[in-house]
Order: sequence, then C-alpha cells, then structure tokens
Amino acid sequence: MSVWLAHHWHAFVLALKRLAGTPIGNLLSITVIGIAFSLPAGIYMLLGNLQAFSGQVSGVPQLSLFLEQDADSGEVEQIESRLKHHPQVASFGFISRDSALEQFKRGNGLADVIDSLDQNPLPDAFLVNARNLSPGTLEELRMELQGWPKIEHVQLDSAWANRLDALLRLGRLAVLMLAALLGFALVAVTFNTIRLQILTKRDEIEVSKLIGATNGFIRRPFLYFGAMQGLAGGVAAWLIISLGIHLMDDELRDLMQLYEMNFRLYHLPIEESLGLLLFSACLGWTGAWLSVANHLWQVEPR
Amino acid sequence: MISFSQVCKRYPNGFDALKNISFTLEVGEMALITGHSGAGKSTLLRLIAAIERPTSGSIIVNGQNVSALKGGAIPFLRRNLGLVFQDQKILFDRTVFDNVLLPLQISGFNSRGATGRVRAALDKVGLLDKERVRPITLSGGEQQRLCIARAIVNRPSILIADEPTSNLDADYARDIMGMFKSFHQVGVTVLIATHDVELLGNIPLRIFALNHGELAA
Repeated sequence: MSVWLAHHWHAFVLALKRLAGTPIGNLLSITVIGIAFSLPAGIYMLLGNLQAFSGQVSGVPQLSLFLEQDADSGEVEQIESRLKHHPQVASFGFISRDSALEQFKRGNGLADVIDSLDQNPLPDAFLVNARNLSPGTLEELRMELQGWPKIEHVQLDSAWANRLDALLRLGRLAVLMLAALLGFALVAVTFNTIRLQILTKRDEIEVSKLIGATNGFIRRPFLYFGAMQGLAGGVAAWLIISLGIHLMDDELRDLMQLYEMNFRLYHLPIEESLGLLLFSACLGWTGAWLSVANHLWQVEPR
Repeated sequence: MISFSQVCKRYPNGFDALKNISFTLEVGEMALITGHSGAGKSTLLRLIAAIERPTSGSIIVNGQNVSALKGGAIPFLRRNLGLVFQDQKILFDRTVFDNVLLPLQISGFNSRGATGRVRAALDKVGLLDKERVRPITLSGGEQQRLCIARAIVNRPSILIADEPTSNLDADYARDIMGMFKSFHQVGVTVLIATHDVELLGNIPLRIFALNHGELAA
C-alpha cells in the first residue's frame, strides 16, 4: 500500500514539475484545449438558457379544459378540487365563461358580433399546467382529464411542445457531435504533447526500464500530466464561457428590457461544470495513455 | 546463481552471437567473461537481464527461468540484479544523487529510507562529496563509479558489469576492479565482461573465454 502511494505521489509530483517546467508551451496547449472545449460547452449552456427562456416567455405547454355548457357552480367546484389533488397537475387557473367573453370583447375586435349574441356561447374553462412536460405524459394527462364528468373537451398545446422538444433534441445532438469531434482533438493534442515529452525523456525511460521499472511506473507521470493538462483545459473552457456570459449579459438585459422581459444568462450548473472538468481530464488521460503505450510498444525488444 | 544450458542466440540477420553456451556460476562466485570484441560477451550479459531473449536453451537466474519469463515479470527480475552498462547510461539532466536514487524510486522506497541508501552507496564508491553535482562534471572514472553506485543501491545479490574499465586508464581501472572484488568478498555474485584480465591481479577466479560465440573449455 505504501509502495503504491509512494509511486503515485512520485508520479504526481513529477507531472506537476513538468507542467511548471515549460509554462509557455503548456499554457498554449491548455488554451487550445480550453477553446476547443468552450465551443460545445458554450452551446450546451446556451441551449439550457434557451429552454429556461422559452418556458419563461410563452409559458409551458398548457392543457385547456372546456366544461359543458350546463355545468353548474357545484360541478365546477368539484372539478377544481379534483385538479387540486391530482399529482400530475402543477397549477391551474379558472376562467369563467363571463370573463372569457369579456376578454374576447376586448381583445379581438369582435365586440359588435358578440354583443349581437343573445346568450354567451363560451363555456367555463380551466387552464392546467402539468408537472411533467414531456409530450408523452402530457398526452396521457389529456386522455385522463377527457374522461372526467362534465368535461366537454380537453385541448393540449402539444404541437408547440413537440416542436420545442425536437428543436432542443436537435441542438443537443449537434452539441454531442461537436463534443465528440473536439474531444478527439483534445486527445490528439495531449497525444502530441506527451509524445514530445517522451522524446525528451527517452534516456530516462530506457534506463528506468533497464533497471527494473514496470510499464506502469513509466506511464504514470505521463498519465498524471495528461489528466492535469486536460483538467486545466476544462477550467480554461469554463472561464471562457464565464467571460462570454459576463460580456453578453448586460447587452442582453438591455435588449430584453426593450421587450419588457426580464432574462439573464445562467452559467452551467455545478454538476455540469464538474462533469465538464472530469470529462476533459479523462480525455487528457486517454491521450497520454495512447501516447505512452505507442512509445513502449515501439521500444519493446522483439 | 546463474546457469546457462545450451543457450543459442541468433539475431534476425542470421548472425549467431552465441552458440550452445552452458555454464553455472554459483552463489557468491566471481567470474570474468573475456574475448575479442564481437565474441558475444555483451549478448551473454544481456540475456541474463532479459534485455534480449535467447533463440534456444534455458537460462536460470536466482531460480527463475529467464528465457521463459513473461514480460510483466522482467522488471522484478532486474531489480534483483545490479547492472553496469557498457555505455554507462547516466542521466545528465539530474544530479549524481538523483541518478543513484532512480532504482529506489522504481522499487517504491519511501524518501527517508532511500536517502540513507543512496548516501551509503555513494560512500562505498567514494562519491559522497559529489552527490549534488551534475554527472557531466565528473571524470571518466568517477562516472563509472556513479554507475556502480546505481547498480548496488538496491543491494542486489548479483552484480553484472559490461566492460566497466574500457575507457579508463590503468589506475582508474584497477580502482574499479578493486571495488568489484570488495563486493565479491561480502558475498555478491559478480560477473564482469572485460578484456583486461591482468587488472585483477592474482586472485583465483573463473574465466569464461568466448571465441566467436563459443565457450572455450
């Protein structure tokens, strides 16, 4: 155990020294990794904001419950209490037939037409916000509510939800592809950095092998180095995104105020930030592993 | 103990470096391998450390069959051997101390225990006052002593040296050979490839004479 710890500590310190030993070259590599990573991570962040934004502006997809014309106030209360206790219902609002008529008169320039009617053709209605917004569960909820007594019709604004969903899915797919490509770039960058490092450490590797170093012993400092460089690249990407948000936020707020909307950009949440760092560290590790394995394979006596 | 039985080594280009070599070196014995250059001295030593693999035959070192050793076990074989290489293989990017420390780092010594051992090894070869200098500033003889310190710091039971005196003048060479003798006297098995037989003086030891890859009787 202590041998194992000693080996890892030795490798860790060695990797730190190498990282600090050539600061400019390493800083450049880290910046390259950071820029490559800030692109997919930044788009991902924007998608998250878009989702929050769309929810804020047009509301989430709603269910409209239209009651039958002859529903009396007792039956309306009954539906209200059922909605209140329904687990899938997040919130709801009631629009009485009279207020609906008022809205119509004010809004659509149909006042004359409506005034000419001798009775109110509009039903009482509930607007329901569901707790779960995935199209599938919304559709289920619609079917269920449709079956309740005194409900004439339930309308689901699902086309809109579906469209947003598809759009976000497409965006996420694009992010995924971009991340895969640039992740590969990160592996390549690390591979090359480590390859150059190996070239300068050729003698050390050769001697170490000759006097009894295992491949693991030789590999370890390079793996630490790769992981550290990847991690630092991840941090750089995070900082680049932060800078972007900082620069855009004020402008965006001014713009949004013109539309009387209150909207701010949010950074990646903590779990996703940590995920980003972990991912970039893993890719750096992979690049280093490939590079050392390649070298060890080349020098293996046959 | 080192035991060769019917060992042959043929290189890919068809050159037979060693032909049907058989001998046994007992624990604590000291022996020389002599012969003209190209006779196969280095190859023989490299086979012991599994730096090269024999084409046929078997090699037993400390009870292990080196010729059949799996790649993953080779590092642990080498940690029990003290190797002095013909081309020295000193690392010039670090101090004398760190050069000798390397084998201990490889076997995972903690730093306090390692420091003591490095100093002890440097003391034995008379380089204790040079531990902080760079190897490039050492004389040829001192560089050779540094190699010996690195080979013995792990306290191996077998010491193998390939032409340890080749680039040294007679005084330095005698000095180095004396060192090997003193290791032999404390029970280390020593095997040296050299062409300077007379340097060892008149102590009785076995001499294996190689001639074109064959062991002379």
